[in-house]
Amino acid sequence: MITKRIIPCLDIRNGRVVKGMNFEGIKDVEDPTELARFYNKSGADELVFYDITASFEGRALFTDVLTKVASEIFIPLTVGGSVNSVEDFDRILKCGADKVSVNSGAIKNPSLIGEAAKRYGDQCVVLSMDVKRVDGRFTIFAKGGRENTGIDALEWAENGVKNGAGEIVVNSIDTDGVKGGFDIEMLEAVCDRVNVPVIASGGAGNMEHFLTLFNTLPKVDAGLAASIFHFKQVDIMELKEYLNDNGIPMRRI
Amino acid sequence: MIAVVDYGVGNLFSLCASLKYLNIESVVTADKELLKKANGIILPGVGAFGDAASKLRESGLLEFLRDRAKSGKPFLGICLGMQLLFDKSYEYGEHDGLGLIKGEVCDLNLDTEGLKVPQIGWNSLTFKQKDDPLMKYVKEGSHVYYVHSFYAKNCDESIVAYSNYGVDVPGVVRNKNVYGTQFHPEKSGEVGLNMLRAFVEIAEGNG
Repeated sequence: MITKRIIPCLDIRNGRVVKGMNFEGIKDVEDPTELARFYNKSGADELVFYDITASFEGRALFTDVLTKVASEIFIPLTVGGSVNSVEDFDRILKCGADKVSVNSGAIKNPSLIGEAAKRYGDQCVVLSMDVKRVDGRFTIFAKGGRENTGIDALEWAENGVKNGAGEIVVNSIDTDGVKGGFDIEMLEAVCDRVNVPVIASGGAGNMEHFLTLFNTLPKVDAGLAASIFHFKQVDIMELKEYLNDNGIPMRRI
Repeated sequence: MIAVVDYGVGNLFSLCASLKYLNIESVVTADKELLKKANGIILPGVGAFGDAASKLRESGLLEFLRDRAKSGKPFLGICLGMQLLFDKSYEYGEHDGLGLIKGEVCDLNLDTEGLKVPQIGWNSLTFKQKDDPLMKYVKEGSHVYYVHSFYAKNCDESIVAYSNYGVDVPGVVRNKNVYGTQFHPEKSGEVGLNMLRAFVEIAEGNG
């Protein structure tokens, strides 16, 4: 039986892990390779790295970190952040990533998903979207959640899949950092529109939130979180045992 | 030494990194002398069956690899490389494979109603054959990582282990010295590394 996935997300700036609250107030946490090793041993089903570096030097540091992680950790790795071209896909995949996550890059260049899917396959292309309610409508935000694009999130998801996105990460800005639970309403709306794996992000504060997510929305494939794992508020191994005991199929290691 | 066949299909970073991590000497090559010299051959692959089969044919490797495999060289196909071991695939048309294992590769979508295709994620293995040397270090029920839209069919006698995804998807297949895994051992954590280790032991035993 296929399992639900638990995915820790590591934001990397200048080769170090950071995590923002509501995308603001970033503070340094730990060394990315150490953290990746720890998560791998705890049973993380996949790792997501977001490169939030702006500088050329920072980019090079990120590439080193990724290569190092991919040389010793053999679970799926997804990389996002500043992915604007097929060349970015190439650079990231050559460092050992399996999937590349596109966010603002797909807004700036609407043909990016299609081009990348054609070259590397749908399974390589993840559409990550930052979504916020604006006047009751799910709306796509760009630039780390700072800019309202006015794009309808449900249409965006549907078109992304049509163009070749093989997975969708739904990050609810409304619930991100609040730790009050995943945005069930938003996730359900996306799940109803697409038939590719949907990864829930934003809002997890405790183990029950994951159970509620998978019980309420069987179509959601994975739960993603950052700070609650980094600060060990939730232990991945314990979380997976808890979910397994409550009837949610989990990978055992 | 293990040879990983280089025919311009897919990303070999993780496979090579996992062999290196296991301290296994390996080379990525299309050179027939090196392939002949190797104790075992790994055929990787990601992408479409038709493209991959033509690339193998164009590089003159199709017949060569078939002969090596038939001569008893330990052989492991991974993902699309596993699908290429079969007689035929129906991915975008009809294409001939290496014909090393009886069976054909069909669209998962046609047999899994209501499930998402591709199958992406971790699925558990049920053993159909006990005590296969490739599974020496793997416990039944272990999870492995799949990413695929097509799967092998009508190959009952070659199934070593399978995973259920609406239908029983052959996960590990074998015909004598020729093995295939539909999932990615190089992405399946310890379980996958242990299978690669077992394959190399098989290769060295026969080498």
